[in-house]
Amino acid sequence: MLEIIDLHVSVGEREILKGLTLSVKAGEVAAIMGPNGTGKSTLSYVIAGREGYDVTQGEVRLNGENILDLEPAERAAKGIFLAFQYPVEIPGVATMTFLKAALNAQRRARGEAELQTPDLMKRVKDAATSLGVSQDMLRRPLNAGFSGGEKKRMEILQMALLQPRLAILDETDSGLDIDALRVVADGVNSLRAPERAFVVITHYQRLLEYIRPDTVHVMAQGRIMRSGGAELALELEERGYQDYIAQEAA
Amino acid sequence: MIKLAEAEATLSSFYEEMRDKGAPRLRAAAWAAFSEFGLPSRRVESWHYTDLKTAMSRPAPLATASHAALSLPRAHDSLRLVTLDGVFRPDLSDIARLPEGVAVQSLRDALAQGEPHVMSALASADIGAQDPILALNAALMQDGVVVEIASGARIGRAIELATLSSAEPAQSTYTRALVMLGEGAQANLIETLAALSAVFAQDNSALVFRLAKNARVDLVTHLSGGVEHSIRVVSLLAHLDSGATLNSFALIEGEGLHRRQIFARLDGEMASALFNGATLGRGRLHADTTLVVDHAKPSGKSRERFRHILDDQSVGAFQGKVIVRPGAQKTDGVMQSKSLLLSDQATMNNKPELEIFADDVQCGHGATCGRLDKDQLFYLSARGLPRRQAESLLIEGFANEAMEALEDEQLRAYLSDRVSVWLSRRISR
Repeated sequence: MLEIIDLHVSVGEREILKGLTLSVKAGEVAAIMGPNGTGKSTLSYVIAGREGYDVTQGEVRLNGENILDLEPAERAAKGIFLAFQYPVEIPGVATMTFLKAALNAQRRARGEAELQTPDLMKRVKDAATSLGVSQDMLRRPLNAGFSGGEKKRMEILQMALLQPRLAILDETDSGLDIDALRVVADGVNSLRAPERAFVVITHYQRLLEYIRPDTVHVMAQGRIMRSGGAELALELEERGYQDYIAQEAA
Repeated sequence: MIKLAEAEATLSSFYEEMRDKGAPRLRAAAWAAFSEFGLPSRRVESWHYTDLKTAMSRPAPLATASHAALSLPRAHDSLRLVTLDGVFRPDLSDIARLPEGVAVQSLRDALAQGEPHVMSALASADIGAQDPILALNAALMQDGVVVEIASGARIGRAIELATLSSAEPAQSTYTRALVMLGEGAQANLIETLAALSAVFAQDNSALVFRLAKNARVDLVTHLSGGVEHSIRVVSLLAHLDSGATLNSFALIEGEGLHRRQIFARLDGEMASALFNGATLGRGRLHADTTLVVDHAKPSGKSRERFRHILDDQSVGAFQGKVIVRPGAQKTDGVMQSKSLLLSDQATMNNKPELEIFADDVQCGHGATCGRLDKDQLFYLSARGLPRRQAESLLIEGFANEAMEALEDEQLRAYLSDRVSVWLSRRISR
């Protein structure tokens, strides 16, 4: 599904990703863990196509296709979804209006028929109910004045509606209390499917108690330093990231 | 200097033509006031961002009545009162369908009759007296409408005051409308200023409101049309007695020079005035909104929220002055101007001012100017919206914020639609 080969990325003069290689199969939930400042968010932005990140070497492939030359919207239409660490507030744009625009833009790009409002409303309502997103939130401007937990639930709601092939969750657990964390994790788990892959970026092992990963990758200093199964997360929880930081310094 | 003399000589000949068309004393006083100032240059502070002296160096001939039987397109489900090419046109208006409690006559008739309460309301000395272009409007007013809404009347269906120009070649029009609401009366009004085709015109219009105690007006103003070098100055004068409410929104689009000026006086306790607006600028549009809100009595409330969206080489200006007179305690005023520059060549000028002479008041202002937010754009793009569509959604959201206070769903939908049309032209090029 996702194939990242020897990826080097700079922001300005500074190289952040230094030869990152990672492979995630369809149906897989891959966790990326690592200390702060190692480029985890950079990786998520580069996959989603944010401006300002200079890919100096390497490739990112989605189902065999190099996506690095595609616009963010084109990548989204191909099924890439990024759940933001800090979802952006958009005053003046009603959440419902945004959801309709996003869904139909992707459908148009894929040559599918646009959803009509009643159908769309029903889909949104169903997804909102299971995620505890109130009708009031849907009427309000997107994310404007939402609490941290509300914003994260809104991200998962969008993911549920857009049905991506590859979902990247960037520190979705940050700022969530235990109840909100459970709601978000349930939302993710219900979307697990053989044709869909997840990349779960997190600093703490806590989230992985709720979203059980198939693989765990330790990221430090702009690279994947070690890969393993779910048990690797437990080891990290116990020992911290010191081995990987020390390894780099040595 | 030669051009200026030319311009004033031409305007003087207009005055000679109009001085015996009713209200001679009012006209004479207004002409004297105008003559003292002349056409405002940029040295006049309130005209600093709009160089009318240069723009009007050649006044177009005064419009003469045309009696073309036009069929006018209808944008609203409203009762329409049409002033076309400087002349009130009952034949194009919905006079017969006006509800009980609404009386309408042409300004021309009102001036001929010279009823004192109409004369004093038409041009009161306490608001806008310092503005030369408003004085010029009073000196040269050709026609318009006088609308009286009886005390206690509640007019649900919107009354549209449409001031239109159609004639070619170039012409000047000077029109004035007076709307008086009796105690507790309520009305919805739409003020439409438009050109029916790509005509070059110099239009100077004024809308005067007199709101008696507890009266309420909801007003939507829409300025559109115009061509390069056309000039439109639209003045709104509002006089609010105690407990009166004026809730307004204005959309400015089109081409040429548009200057909208507001002079409001809250002359009774607990009066409330809200002036919101959005400007959509492209090409070489020059759009200036200048307002003076004068709190003369205690416990008044005023809100101003303006949005400028400027593309290409368009120029926007917002000058807002809130005055709180001595004794106007407990005044609550918030003024906000936000601008979005969509091109490197677009210009926005902001000048908020507060003049506060009372000590127990809450007044604030803010002005911002910026580009589309990159984080917001990326967020929308990452959800699948192509660049231009993402921009449009953000621009719409930005404009919509100024419309939030509009209660009339139909009108809000109409205005949102105008924004969408403007944006679709941006996407398609």
